[in-house]
Amino acid sequence: MNAPQTGEFAHIGKSVVIKGELSGSEDLYVDGSVEGNIELRNHSLTVGPNGKVKANVSAKAVMVQGTLDGSVNASDRVELRKSAVVTGDVTTQRIAIEEGAFLKGKVDIQKEGGKAGSASS
Amino acid sequence: MRFFRNSSNQTAGPAVPQKLTRRSSGMGEISRLLNSSSDSGDALCVLDLGSTSPHNIRFFTGKGHKNYSEDLLRSSLDPALRIQDGLGNWGVDSKTFMEENLVYENAQFDVVLCWNLPDYMEESLVKPTIDRLWSIMKPGGLLLAFFHTRDAGPDSICYRYHVTGTDVLEMQEVKFAPPGRPTSDMRSPRLQRVFNNRHIETLFRDFASIKFFLARDAIREVLVVR
Repeated sequence: MNAPQTGEFAHIGKSVVIKGELSGSEDLYVDGSVEGNIELRNHSLTVGPNGKVKANVSAKAVMVQGTLDGSVNASDRVELRKSAVVTGDVTTQRIAIEEGAFLKGKVDIQKEGGKAGSASS
Repeated sequence: MRFFRNSSNQTAGPAVPQKLTRRSSGMGEISRLLNSSSDSGDALCVLDLGSTSPHNIRFFTGKGHKNYSEDLLRSSLDPALRIQDGLGNWGVDSKTFMEENLVYENAQFDVVLCWNLPDYMEESLVKPTIDRLWSIMKPGGLLLAFFHTRDAGPDSICYRYHVTGTDVLEMQEVKFAPPGRPTSDMRSPRLQRVFNNRHIETLFRDFASIKFFLARDAIREVLVVR
């Protein structure tokens, strides 16, 4: 996933620094720094290649290209691209990890409708 | 002390990672445990200390086990850990390293995959790391480690390992950018030392039992029971 078109996502640019709670009902693209908690419920979070997020994240889908320090709870899927550096536990139904990504933490795959979840590379 | 082998970086275009395979008696025993526990619905707690492996995470979670990843070799190369003693010699701050890594509850893990970590890690970190592993493993838990039987010097390739669910492991060369170097300057870590049997037994002396498997590729496999 590349940088999204304006209007599709709320966009936090790479020169922006935010400290505090972030919540919303639209998709969010972070290419700056965020420190706090991020809650998007039924929407997705994308941490861009310049993004530095130090937060516990709760969203439908999370895609990381930059740095994320905190626990991730994604009700649908998590995707770690090759430049991702993630430190924290990941809880989700599906996870895709690209070769070269760094993960320090637990991966907990939640079962969906009685089926075991899957992780894919 | 050198952490990286000399390497040229003159290849044109991205190199395709090549996966070799090796037969592992130790992994065969662990695979049997993982498969039988999965069949009976018992989720095990597995700690993988190698480079982040999508393949391993997929395998363990697919079997219903809990997977923890911690790339200790990469963490040990963090430039922030470099310290100088009173004589000007450079070393690694083992106290800070142990405060920042392997921080888990006691007796948490059923299986620890140490791979070749002790052979490539800075010496001052090896014993504290093994001692910490002892404390976070469950009694009866299994630990697998690989040791070189002879010093292959700068030609020794540091591998990461991908499990297949059998006694066969896929191997892939590990490369890091040395501290302070751009990511385009990737090199394989250098073998730091060779442990003999006695050293290995001393290293794991607090564990309940230790089993050696000597492989044809000059690797001594060690399967240790907590």
